Amino acid sequence: MKSAGPASVKAAMVLLFNERSAYRGEKNQDQEMDIKRDYYEDIQLLDSKVLWFWFLMLIAALITFPFVASNYYIYMANYMAINVLVTVGLNILVGYTGQISLGHAGFFAIGAFFTVLLMGKLSFPFLVALVISGILAALFGFILGLPALRLEGPYLAIATLGFGMAITQVIGRWELFGGRMGIQAPPLKLFGFYPITTDRGLYFIIVTITLLLTWAARNLMKTKIGRAFIAIRDSDIAAQTMGVNLTYYKTLAFAISAFYAGIAGGLMAFMLGFINPSSFNFILSIYFLAFVIVGGVGTIFGSIMGGMVMTWLILMLDKVQDLTYIGDILMTISERWMSVTGIHNVSSIILGLIIVLIVVFEPLGLYGFWIRTKIYWKAWPF
Amino acid sequence: MNEDLFRVENLFISFGGLRAVDNVNFTVKKETIFSIIGPNGAGKTTIFNCINGLYNPDSGRVLFKGEDITGIKPHKVAMKGIARTFQNIELFSRMTTMENLMLGRHLHMKTGILSGATFFRRKSRAALEEIKHRERVEHIIDLLDLQYARNQFVGSLPYGTQKLIELGRALALEPELLLLDEPSAGMNTEEKQDLIFWIKDIQDELGVTILLIEHDMRMVMDISDRILAINFGKPIGEGAPEEIQNNPEVLQAYLGEDELTNAAS
Repeated sequence: MKSAGPASVKAAMVLLFNERSAYRGEKNQDQEMDIKRDYYEDIQLLDSKVLWFWFLMLIAALITFPFVASNYYIYMANYMAINVLVTVGLNILVGYTGQISLGHAGFFAIGAFFTVLLMGKLSFPFLVALVISGILAALFGFILGLPALRLEGPYLAIATLGFGMAITQVIGRWELFGGRMGIQAPPLKLFGFYPITTDRGLYFIIVTITLLLTWAARNLMKTKIGRAFIAIRDSDIAAQTMGVNLTYYKTLAFAISAFYAGIAGGLMAFMLGFINPSSFNFILSIYFLAFVIVGGVGTIFGSIMGGMVMTWLILMLDKVQDLTYIGDILMTISERWMSVTGIHNVSSIILGLIIVLIVVFEPLGLYGFWIRTKIYWKAWPF
Repeated sequence: MNEDLFRVENLFISFGGLRAVDNVNFTVKKETIFSIIGPNGAGKTTIFNCINGLYNPDSGRVLFKGEDITGIKPHKVAMKGIARTFQNIELFSRMTTMENLMLGRHLHMKTGILSGATFFRRKSRAALEEIKHRERVEHIIDLLDLQYARNQFVGSLPYGTQKLIELGRALALEPELLLLDEPSAGMNTEEKQDLIFWIKDIQDELGVTILLIEHDMRMVMDISDRILAINFGKPIGEGAPEEIQNNPEVLQAYLGEDELTNAAS
């Protein structure tokens, strides 16, 4: 009897233990399932409910914006979106692949003029004309990519600069493109029947295309092709020996980048309503490069910030005299000591100064500021 | 095991007046470890660069599985199934360890521009492929104990770890022939021990043939099936480790008199 007690207890315990372990076993399995890494997370855009929430908020904000903002701000938003598109494209080339281009105004012009021509002369529907122009720009990008296989750094910069300037010259002298006078954008009809006449209508087209292409760029950079680009940037020797075809991927980077600029150019034509070759000069190419550097080299999010903030700055600095107090001082300085160009004197100087300061204090550009702020707030208040 | 996998025939290359590689011949049998030793500047890495397509040899042939691969482009060499690591680390420093290894899968992946740019869910083609290859790469990460470095940018990792990541990246290509250029440089004794095990594992279990350049004589003698010694670009001896150890020319040129007495005692 003495042993019966403990024995039954033991039996009960065994039972309990077994039950528990069975329970635990299940649980363990579940945990193991959880522990098993989800590789999709590595490449997923929105990997949490919080992010989904913010994403939907953003979409909602983007949709309501043109109904609450004044025309000027809608115009500004369009301008921003177009510049974001160019910046994203240029960043694929400069930031991700480590090449340089001072000729992107050329691709921008190709996109703008061909979209207008295809629609005006050959009466192509808008979206078709836009895509064809983008592909045409990509083709020119591919051609420009060929010398890039042999050139590096400053040499490549000059070669691309020459290309961009040549494109503007060719367009400016060719009657087909309206010569020096430029060319009027035809009336815009979406899907062939839905007329777009206001900046608000244009806003939805431009922002949708920018969002889609930015998303596409981000995806591309997360998969095989993007990795090949980054590999070429970080070590082209290692990239080759791991099987990356340098010729193919370098020219591809140029082509994709030019495609983005071309699409942006096509949209720009309709935003401006009238395009002439002088607005696609090499200063514009340099601005594009500045957007990339200020936003952050090699980040899509940085490109978005760079394109938006710089556009905002450029537009704001045009009206710098409206600022209370400071505006008056700047006007006085400009009038007293500088040429008669007026406020442009001051705004260019300030823009230059801002670019220098951002690059000096944060080599990663606005993206670097963003990361630092994020880290700061994560640790706050400690 | 006795099949010839790889052969270099009468390889010559010179830079200006310098004959960097001067009539080098050797044959590597399948699933063996073949080492090339020699003092600094003897032309070892130059031989690798010729095999790899980074340099175009002045004359001579490089044969892989009976096929002449002399002078073809580096990425085509990789396509044949030859991977390598570098003496001075050539990692993609602003990629994570995972991404570096994933680049090693480049030739095995098919994602194009459109499918890559437009994946939007787990079941999308690009995402499926990405997941599949990340799982493959995870095995290599496990094999080389690189879990802790998995999502770190490789530029900030210790030298020894970077060397291992290079090895991992080369393995991710699933090569038949692996060229290792001083894999143990910058590693401590413990790391070297691990490396020796891994290299043997790679040879035995994965059936990879290994061509090794190495300065650590203990390691070379320990793992090599055959050794080629070169000096000033010229071969000065070839044979099994014991033969090389007792080859007077090699000892004099490479190991020096002191090592000679050490080896004897």
